[in-house]
Amino acid sequence: MSREFGDAILDLRHVSLAFGGVKALTDISFDVREHEIRAIIGPNGAGKSSMLNVINGVYRPQQGEIILRGQRFTRMSPYKAARAGISRTFQNIALFKGMSVIDNLMAGRNLKIRSNLLQQAFWWGPARREELAHRAKVEEVIDFLEIQHIRRTPVGRLPYGLQKRVDLGRALAMEPNILLLDEPMAGMNVEEKQDMCRFILDVNDQFGTTIVLIEHDMGVVMDISDRVVVLDYGRKIGDGIPDDVRANPDVISAYLGASH
Amino acid sequence: MGFFIETLIGGLMAGMLYSLVALGFVLIFKASGVFNFAQGAMVLFAALAMARFAAWIPGWLGIDSLWLANGIAFVLSGALMFVVAWLIERLVLRHLVNQDGATLLMATLGIAYVLEGIGSSIFGSDIYKIDVGMPKEPVMILEGSFEGGLLINKEDFVAALIAALLVGLLSLFFQKTATGRALRAVADDHQAAQSVGIPLNRIWVIVWCVAGLVALVAGIIWGSKLGVQFSLATVALRGLPVVILGGLTSIPGAIIGGLIIGVGEKLSEVYLGPLIGDGIEIWFAYQLALLFLLFRPQGLFGEKIIDRV
Repeated sequence: MSREFGDAILDLRHVSLAFGGVKALTDISFDVREHEIRAIIGPNGAGKSSMLNVINGVYRPQQGEIILRGQRFTRMSPYKAARAGISRTFQNIALFKGMSVIDNLMAGRNLKIRSNLLQQAFWWGPARREELAHRAKVEEVIDFLEIQHIRRTPVGRLPYGLQKRVDLGRALAMEPNILLLDEPMAGMNVEEKQDMCRFILDVNDQFGTTIVLIEHDMGVVMDISDRVVVLDYGRKIGDGIPDDVRANPDVISAYLGASH
Repeated sequence: MGFFIETLIGGLMAGMLYSLVALGFVLIFKASGVFNFAQGAMVLFAALAMARFAAWIPGWLGIDSLWLANGIAFVLSGALMFVVAWLIERLVLRHLVNQDGATLLMATLGIAYVLEGIGSSIFGSDIYKIDVGMPKEPVMILEGSFEGGLLINKEDFVAALIAALLVGLLSLFFQKTATGRALRAVADDHQAAQSVGIPLNRIWVIVWCVAGLVALVAGIIWGSKLGVQFSLATVALRGLPVVILGGLTSIPGAIIGGLIIGVGEKLSEVYLGPLIGDGIEIWFAYQLALLFLLFRPQGLFGEKIIDRV
């Protein structure tokens, strides 16, 4: 597999995060190169979700900085992250449950909307045309994820596997540079996992999107990732290509060791 | 039969106004999880502004036309409600993000007093009239179908029509525009809304503005009917049983809840009054709300409240 990567698009330096006295992350540094699929793995409670929430600005680390395409962020927020082209999915699916699939995806295009409140309220020509253009883009995402048949269904009524797919769709509708996936395969059956893997690889391949994903399950991740960071108890214990990580004794003991 | 239908229609029209007040509660609760105790004060404040601007403008601008003066007063009052919404977000809500529900409730209680105080010091505390040219005389309709026809209060009819129109326009706005979609998204899930780059602060300002506009319309209708006075703020308390009945998170619930309470009040007053004594209208709504709290606390259309333990 010959794959070309660009420079580091996202660089995390010495990030430490604590909740009260509990240390969630201790001095973590790693980078993500443009166009790669970067996985963060680790056993339960290793700090994977905290790591993702730091990148996305949900948590503010006490120490460390995030460098996103050369720009330094010490106080990231979810809004700033979204503006900077980072979109994400959620482990426990945070969709707009009362809204249809289309509306969920359209909400994902919120930052791209240029018309103002008054233009929209009066259903003014440019605002309407813009709405149609966004709608066309959303339909592309719907086709891509093969969810045409459920486009008008309220998301809350969909089965879990499809909700996961809509969650991905909403993130894609943002046309992100970096896509953060929080346990995209969690709770899925084998077939759904295969579909999800295919979508992740296609997104990366067709749109050139850089992907950072968290997974609990090592198997799938090793197959699709370019490089893997391994966390355990909030510390980085391994970093490299899948084969190296698999051979790393610290990683093996973290996953198989008696302490877990 | 004719009399029954008259009572029913009277109830529906009164109910439409309750719906309007309840709508203000629901909008804000959905978007920000704040139970806005200041909704009544907002109705009063908006009505005061409207009444005073309408009285002052002919003097300021030398306009004779009642319509024009009222139109300008409406726009000015609307703008004032926008400023109020913006200030509330800036000075209060922004600093209380992620606080407990009870804290936010107390904050809105404070906002209510501040609004009432500022309202009376700017606009005075007398009883004012709002005259927007509502027709006052009753009319007879359907004289062919019923013996004696149906006697309808024209003012109530116009008021109900305006309320229905406002509700219709609002739901169009919510369903069909990008901003409406963002509002619904925030109401559904704050965290997810932030992750797609919806700015919560701006949404809150918009929601409080919409609630302010609803308060203005409700204030004008109530004010034109009863006069603008401080008791107007307590009229809004009638919105409380409505939201308990309809569900705090449901816009259709607010509308249907309002109608049920309006009709229930009138029918029970007329048909139960002779049996158990008059004055049912005053407590009916609260008793109904109490029953709902006991047996169906999420209301007719609200989301079921499930707490994870």
